[in-house]
Order: sequence, then C-alpha cells, then structure tokens
Amino acid sequence: MSDQGIGQRVKRREDVRFITGKGRYTDDINLPGQAYAVFVRSPHPRARIKTIDASAARKAPGVVGVFTGKDLAADGIGALPCGWLVKSKDGSDMKVPPRPPLAIETVNFVGEPYAVVIAETLGQARAAAALVETDFEELEPVVSLAEATAGPQIHEGIEANRCYDWELGDQAAVDAAFAKAAHVTKLEFANNRLIPNAIEPRAAVATYSAPTEEFTLYTTSQNPHLERLILAAFVNLAPEHKLRVISPDVGGGFGSKIFVYPEETAAAWAARRTNRPVKWTADRSEAFLSDAHGRDHLTTAELALDAAGTFLAMRVRTRANLGAYLSTFASSVPTYLYGTLLAGQYRTPAIHVEVEAVFTNTAPVDAYRGAGRPEATYVVERLVETAARETGVDPAELRRRNFIQPDQFPYETPVALVYDTGDYQASLEKALKQIDYAGFPARRKVSEAAGKRRGLGFSCYIEACGLAPSQLAIQLGAGVGLYESGEVRVNPTGSVTVFTGSHSHGQGHETTFAQIVSDKLGVPFESVEVVHGDTGRLEFGLGTYGSRSVAVGGSALIKASDKIIAKGKRIAAHMLESAPDDVDFDEGVFAVRKTNKSLTFGEVAFAAYVPANFPEDLEPGLSEKSFYDPKNFTFPAGCHIAEVEVDPETGVVVLVRFVAVDDFGEVINPMIVEGQVHGGIAQGVGQALLEHGIYDESGQLVTGSFMDYCMPRADDLPSFEVDTTVTPCTHNPLGVKGCGEAGAIGAPAAVMNAVTDALRVKDLAMPASPERVWRALQAA
Amino acid sequence: MNGFDYHRPETLEAAVAARAGAPDSAYLAGGMTLIPTLKQGLAEPSDVIDLAAVAGLAGIGLEVDRLTIGAMTRHADVAASAEVQRAIPALAYLASEIGDAQVRNRGTLGGSLANSDPAADYPAAVIALGARIVTDRRTMAADDYFKGLFETALEPGELIRAVEFPVPRRAAYRKFRHPASRYAVAGVFVAEIGEGIRVGVTGAGPCAFRWTALETALAGKPAPAAAETAPLDFRRFNADLHASAEYRAQLVRVMARRALANLAA
Amino acid sequence: MKLSLTVNETAHELEVAPNALLVEIIRGDLGLTGTHVGCDTSQCGACTVEMDGRAVKSCTVLAGQAQDARVTTIEGLGAPGNLHPMQTAFQAHHALQCGFCTPGMIISAIDLVKRADGRLDEAAVREGLAGNLCRCTGYHNIVEAVLAAAGQM
Repeated sequence: MSDQGIGQRVKRREDVRFITGKGRYTDDINLPGQAYAVFVRSPHPRARIKTIDASAARKAPGVVGVFTGKDLAADGIGALPCGWLVKSKDGSDMKVPPRPPLAIETVNFVGEPYAVVIAETLGQARAAAALVETDFEELEPVVSLAEATAGPQIHEGIEANRCYDWELGDQAAVDAAFAKAAHVTKLEFANNRLIPNAIEPRAAVATYSAPTEEFTLYTTSQNPHLERLILAAFVNLAPEHKLRVISPDVGGGFGSKIFVYPEETAAAWAARRTNRPVKWTADRSEAFLSDAHGRDHLTTAELALDAAGTFLAMRVRTRANLGAYLSTFASSVPTYLYGTLLAGQYRTPAIHVEVEAVFTNTAPVDAYRGAGRPEATYVVERLVETAARETGVDPAELRRRNFIQPDQFPYETPVALVYDTGDYQASLEKALKQIDYAGFPARRKVSEAAGKRRGLGFSCYIEACGLAPSQLAIQLGAGVGLYESGEVRVNPTGSVTVFTGSHSHGQGHETTFAQIVSDKLGVPFESVEVVHGDTGRLEFGLGTYGSRSVAVGGSALIKASDKIIAKGKRIAAHMLESAPDDVDFDEGVFAVRKTNKSLTFGEVAFAAYVPANFPEDLEPGLSEKSFYDPKNFTFPAGCHIAEVEVDPETGVVVLVRFVAVDDFGEVINPMIVEGQVHGGIAQGVGQALLEHGIYDESGQLVTGSFMDYCMPRADDLPSFEVDTTVTPCTHNPLGVKGCGEAGAIGAPAAVMNAVTDALRVKDLAMPASPERVWRALQAA
Repeated sequence: MNGFDYHRPETLEAAVAARAGAPDSAYLAGGMTLIPTLKQGLAEPSDVIDLAAVAGLAGIGLEVDRLTIGAMTRHADVAASAEVQRAIPALAYLASEIGDAQVRNRGTLGGSLANSDPAADYPAAVIALGARIVTDRRTMAADDYFKGLFETALEPGELIRAVEFPVPRRAAYRKFRHPASRYAVAGVFVAEIGEGIRVGVTGAGPCAFRWTALETALAGKPAPAAAETAPLDFRRFNADLHASAEYRAQLVRVMARRALANLAA
Repeated sequence: MKLSLTVNETAHELEVAPNALLVEIIRGDLGLTGTHVGCDTSQCGACTVEMDGRAVKSCTVLAGQAQDARVTTIEGLGAPGNLHPMQTAFQAHHALQCGFCTPGMIISAIDLVKRADGRLDEAAVREGLAGNLCRCTGYHNIVEAVLAAAGQM
C-alpha cells in the first residue's frame, strides 16, 4: 500500500497555501468597481418600524444607494425559508413566521438588519448607515425562554410563541416503567446558548452581469449548492442556472455557515440593483448579533432504574429556543437530531421525549457543532452519572450493566434509530485504562492535601452522523435529499480531477479525498486534485455538516471510482483482446487473469482519450459520476473522561486531563481525525467552562464581543489524550462513521460530571464559571 | 473610525503644544485602549498626538532606592528588564501578566496610568509602592493620583513623563484574570516598604485603591491570614457578568493572602 | 498623509488616511491578504504581524505609528521550498485546520520562541499564545508544533 493511501497520516496539501498567506478567503476577493455594503441593524429586540428616513444617508458622500426591506420585496425577493418541516404531536405543521431578508414591518431581535447602504468605500458606507433615521415604536420583547409562552405574541398568528410541540416515543410504556421503578433520578437544567465564532466572519462578494443576467456570489458557505437552491427556488433572486455560488477558502463554520442569511442575500440583490459588484464582510460585533446561535434548551429529564441498576425508562421534556425566526435548519435540531439520540449507548427500553420549540426576541438558533446531539448526550450522561451517584454504583459499572452489547446489533432504539454496529464497552475500558481510573482516589488525595478539590466524569456518547438517508429524511420533513455527489474525471495523461459536493472549511478534504481516490485507483496521491465549493464547476452537492463528508461524500467517490474501474476494464479488455470479466484491477494495473497481459492505469486513461478502433458500444473518455445516498445514519460513539481540579477559594476549574476514546469506524487519515477530535473537545470544554451567550432582560446581547464572550484560549486547555477503537460502519463502502463533532458532543457532559464530582453537588449550570463554582461551594 | 489629524512630535514641548493647540485632541501612547475606543466610535478626537517619537519618554533607570520607568516604556520591556527584575521583581512579574504578548509588545506604563482603567494591573503596583508620577508640570504621589473610574488627577493636556518607584524590601503581586478579556478582575500588590506593608488593589473598585485596613492589621508583618479578616467594604465594588461585588471581595482577600504568602516566602 | 514603511523587505511610500489601520494598509494598499481580521476589539490576534521585531496586532496600530517601521507579514516569512521552521512545523504537526488564524498564530509563535531564549515548555507556549484565538484545533497541535519548531530556530 502507498504511504499516502487510506489510513496514512498524510500531511495536508492545503496547508502550503495557508502557512504562506496564500489562502483565498471571501474577504480577500476584490472585484473591479466594487462598492461596499453596510447594514443598518435594529437596536431594539422588538419594535415596529414606523418610518425610515434615508434621505440624509442617500446624500452622504460616496453613497450609491440605500435600500430597505420594501425595496427587496418590491423586486420580488421572498422570505428566507426553513428547510425542515416538523409536525406537532396533534399532527399540525410547525408555525413558520415570514423572515424577509431585510425586516419590513417589525424587527424582532437586536441586530436584525432592516436596511442596507451601498457606497464607494467601506468608510463612506459606515458613515452613511449612521445617518439613516428610523422611527421605531418599541414593543415589549420576549427574552426569557422560561417565560416565552406567556409573553406577548411576537408573530401574527403564532399563539404562545410556540413553533411546534413535538414528541417521540411511547409515553404509556414510559409511565408504566416509572410506576414500578426502584429508583428515579431527576434533573432540571439548561443547555447554555453558544455563539459559534468561526474566526473568519461571514462575508460576501457579489457581481451581476446585466447582459447575461448572471450572478456570481462568493460567500462563506459550508454548502454553496444549497445556498444557490434556496436563493433560486425560495428567495427568487435568480434562476438556478443564472446563479453561481462559490465558497472559496472558508475560515471555519461549525454549522454557522450552513445557513442562508439576510446579508449575503441582500448583498447579491444589491449587486443587480446597483449594477456594481458589492462586497460585505461582517465585523465581529455584527457576527455576534447576527450569526445563528446554538443550543439554548431548558430540560427536565428523568431516568427510571430497577433495583439492580437496569435502566427501565427515560422521560424528557425540553423547551428549545429558536430565536426570533426559523433559521435554515433550526426546526430539525431539537427534534430529529436530539430526541432520536436519547437512547445513548444503552438498552433503555422505553423513552418518551417532548420538545416545545418557541420563538423569542433573540438571534435565530440553529445547528452548531453537534447540533442536538450534544444536548441529548448531556441529558443522558448527566442522568446516568447522577443515577450512579444516587444509587452508590460506580459510574463505569452502571454503564457496563446497561450498554447495548456487540451481539445485539443491528439494534433498534425506542426513539426511531437502528444502530448498525458498535462496541461501547471496548471504548470505556480503553479510556479507563488511559486515565488510570484505579489511581484516581490517590490523585484526589494529593489535590485535597493541597487544598483543592478533584473530580472525574464520564461521557459515553453516541451520535447519528453521515446525514442522511434521503427517503427517511424526507419522510421526517427534510426539504432536500441528503445524498452527496462525486465525480472522478481521469485526464488523458492519467492524472485525476475529483469533484465533490462536499465542502472543506478546515476538514482537509483536499488531502483526505485525494487519499481515497489515489488508494482506490492506484494513482499517485500527487496526481489527484480535489475540487469543491463552486456550483459552476460541480454537480449538485449538499455540502458539509453533521460529520458527513467522508461517510457520504467519500462514499460517492468510491462509487464513482468503481465505475471508472469498470469502464477501464472494458477498455483494457478491448485493448488486450480479452473479456472485461477476465480483467482484474489492482494497485493501478489492469491485468488479464492467468496471463501476463496487462496495462497500467495511465495507458488505459490515454487510450480512453485516443480511442483507436473502439467498438461501437465503447464510448471514449474516462469520467464518471455518482450520487451516493446512504442507507442509514452512521453511529460514531465513544467514551470521554474528564478530570478536573477546583480551587475552592476562587472557584476556578482547571481541566487537568481529558481522555477521548472514539469509535469512528475506519479512519482515512488519523492525523486529521485527531485534529478534528481536539477541536471538538475544545468547543465542548468551552461550553462547559467558559462560553455563554447572554441577553439581558431588555433583550440586549451582553456577551457581544470577545471581551465578554469567553472563547477558549491556549492556556485554558490541557493537551488531550485521544485514541480510537474500531467497529467499521456496516453500510458504506469505506466503513467510516464521521469524526467532526464527537468532541463537542462528548465533552460537556464529561466535564460537568467531573465538576459536580469535585464539588459533590448534584448539578451545576453551564458554564461552570469561577463565581458560579465558588457560590456552589459556599452553599454546599 | 472618525477622521482626525495625526501628529508625531519629537519633543515633549512640541507634544504638549500640539495638545494645547487642539482642545479635542488626544495623546496616543501604545494605543491598546485608545485605538479600540476610536474604532468603536467611543472617542472622536480632532487630533491624535503620537508620543512614540518624543525623545526621553522611554527607558528604565535604577538608582539605589529608586526605579524610574519612562512613560512610553512598553510592558514587555519592563517584564524583561534586568534592572526591574533585580530591583522590584514583582513589578516585572506584573508586567508579564498584562493582557497578552501582543498587548505587552505595544502597551505602555504611561498609557495605562493615564487611562486608569479600573481593571488595569499597573495601578495596583503604583499604589502599593507609593510611586511618584512625574508629568510635564509636576510630580504627584500615587495616593493623590487615582480619582475614580477612568479619572485621574491629570489636568487637561498634562502628560506623564515617567514613574518613580521606590525600591521596596520585597513585594509581590497576585492577579485573578478575567477569563475573556484577561484584565484583572482583582489584583493585589503588596510591598514591604518604609515603615510597613502597603497593599494596592486593582480590578475591584472604580479605580485602584489602598486596602488600609489590611495594612493596619498587618502592622508591618506579612501575615497572610490577616487578609481573611481585615475589614473590606465591597458595597461600591464593580459588578459585571463575570464577577459580582461580593465575589470580587472574596477574590481580593484570596489574592491578598497569596501575595502576602509569596512575600513571606 | 505620507507613510514610509518597509514590508517584507520592500520599501513603500504610500499616501494614507491618518485613521487608516496598519492591517488595512497591509491588506488593502499592499494586497497582502495573508494577514486576516477576525474581530474588532483587538482580541483575536488573527491580524498579528511583526513590526520592528515585535509581534503586534495590526488592527490596533495606526498608520502613523508604523512610520519608518519594518514589518514582516506571513508572506515575508518563507515560500515553499524555503519555509521558516515554524511554517514547516505547523504543517508537520497539523497545527492548522481552516487556516484563518494561522498567519497570526505563526507570527506570534515565532516572536514567542525568539523571546523565550530557549526556555519554553508547554505551559509557557500556552500562555504565550493567549493573544491568538483558534476555533479549530483546540491548540493541541499548535503547542506541539511550536515546541518542535523552537528546537530548530
């Protein structure tokens, strides 16, 4: 096998441009004659727009135009849609408030854009934006999630601000199980609102060619085709074939760049309206206000156990904050990506979950790294750890007693998923060994002798990744299929250009996907180029989120490569005067079985484009496409263990160690996988210890900059200890499961289990900030 | 950012004259606070007078019992200075704990003191050491300098030239860092100097202050336990997202105790 | 106003606005887009460049403050085939993912190693890089890369 094939720690080829400053991000792109957009944003969480007086702004130096929501509407620009229809338990459809790209009659969160200024320079646009005079009638906002249904009605026709009231599972079976339980563990907690904060802020550069009526939109998107589809089919910006969306290098996304936002939409429209290229780049302050936030749940959860510690049933009631409007995939996050994961790694026979999703006058909430699964893991793993403490059973042992066993797969959970494979105890035992679980009491004594508290916590998480089997997803309300496309184009000289509908914004696809195709076709790694992120160059694609890229996008490339090999065999058979069925392909060589006749991949490629006397039924060329639609979700799972030390005098929690043993199935590039785990853990630890998006009672975002929103820095974290176990996914050709979100999913519960262990308290709200910890110790 | 005229005088006199000639002008030292403030539109000076080229404002001088640091001396240079490390190692340590590396590479002692951010580090040392602030027109005692939130005894246009730190027998600084901004939520500088031990506190109140009740309780002896019981009125302490006044008071006690323990060690 | 400065060994004479920021000059006037802007409150460090031998946040330096300065950006460090050891170490240790914070991180890391005078351990690297936010890597591999490069600088 080549040293750059599947399973090898191949250095990333994209790094060369990034470490030399040659990356090309959206804000690096400047088009001749471009003007600059600055948005005018609501200072109020809820207000009626009475009048907008832009006359002074229009007269300001350099101003090309000032446009409001009415201008977009008059030009036929429609509302931004939500792509997943969720039904309430009574069968009714979720309530969808219209979300015009620029607010027209009311503004519903601080930072919502309602006008845009286009000017010759950024400075002129900023200055003019400050001159837009708006007369607002302030309305009482709904800020508190707990009181959202009792507050004033935000959107016309949406009673109690309730988008839907959804349920999953067998309520009667759960009630019956609780009635006979020997022990019930109950927790009530919040899952704190997070602000994604990819270090590259969102940006757009749009240009419109009047003669051809074609748009080109460069933007920071994780899924340019989806952006094009929505802008064409729902927003009515342009027909799909007249709109090219390009995501060049994108500086991180973590979910926040999946969505179609007002700013990119309005900037593109303004390019046509002003007949000028238009550029917009978010300030960090704007990003805080207007990027979709993550999490924000209030949950009551109960676990019923019998006397032997066997889980009998789980009951979960969650209120999820959607913010002011439904962002692109917001509705699916607290339902199909959350409720379905509540079985965790356990044989809990009955589960019932109810989710009431509500609107508030805050920024829209949508998928952020993990999306629903961190929230589910937090529920399950906080419950299990607490149950262990309450019943006096070692938390590792309680988990062992309840794990789904390797011989029980495929395993159908009571919340609508069928796990294909796994070995949960294997990950647990490996993690226990790594952390030296037996040595923990001694380590705790050392800490206590120094006046500190020490705690250890587990999180045995599962996630559903590889989104998603289209038929199932569409049945459950998805507005699109969730397959992925891939094209393998063999060039006449034998080099290969690979096109994927998946998108890389840090994941390293240009390397990983080249490894896959190089390995499969036996061509040198250096001869395989990976192209992504441009609707003008690629088949339709669904982009990158939900840890899906290799499992779905990589599988499409395997399928396309299989077609290349099949076609290659026909060409080789013709050239070697044999039958295709007698030709084997291995390590880049086509060989006729039981003969010494063979051709290299390069010879076949060349012949494909120089087809001397090909028979009629053999087309020239060697280029194949595939749309891979997964048969099931994949189910990465693992065991994370956090060990913390707490300074009781200051309340500071130091994460001393973090062990992660994950089962991602087969691994294409272990170096990249480890990096994905590290990053996920950092975001999960951030949620547990540092990060919190907070609106004050008046609806202002008070954590609106890095001065107040606490991002994990290098000295907030330890080095991580990561390892893997492997049960290959049973239903995709690579046996892979996905690794991008595991850290963010597993870490919060592990850290909070460790913190509560150290403090010897039942529960503590995230983030476990120093004052909160100190107060908990004062109260204890 | 609003427009302004930029000046780069090379003498103290020219700087002071430029400032006097434009009532809405502002001095620019390292810019670590002023520039973010300009970017947010929270300050709109007509003229910015950069002090970087003014001769004689940067540098460190050590006499037997006095360390003089020029106003334009950058935090990184104070932290790395052999003189400071020899005379007042706690001051070098304090400088090494300010903000982050890039901030320390630009930020200056004079800028920090002129701004008097309630959460800045230097004021704790200036107060505890009883430093003297030398301006273009007078010399002020530290105890007379800090007046309130972002408020000092500096008159309009008055320019800090240097700070003279008496060399203490020993000193120590402990800081509880704001988790997001890295400013001091509470910082306590203790110095054994002259007749007793002086205690300077930053981060907790509207501006840095001496914790005289603790100084009295110590009576010249570095007794860490005194920090747990000395009277401390936190009713007017700062309170924000990350720390209530009550919690800040706790942190002041803990940082003071740890600084005193370090002093005694 | 007129501004003379040297960037990556090339001298420039520019006409700039007094309120222009160094990062705007680097990205805009000079077209060196390797230096990035990740925030507006001088916290994230993505814009870090070396100015007169020190790592500084170029979003918090006014044009005039860079008068006669010698500035090195990521583009001036090294090119493929002739990379700075820190650049090489970042690739070798997978110390970057999306790459957006990377130029500032590399400049800061070099400054850190230079100042450390051979006394760097993990804790010192973590503290020394606290002025640079990375959202992708969890810093684990960045710390490894900096320690590895420190031995080769």
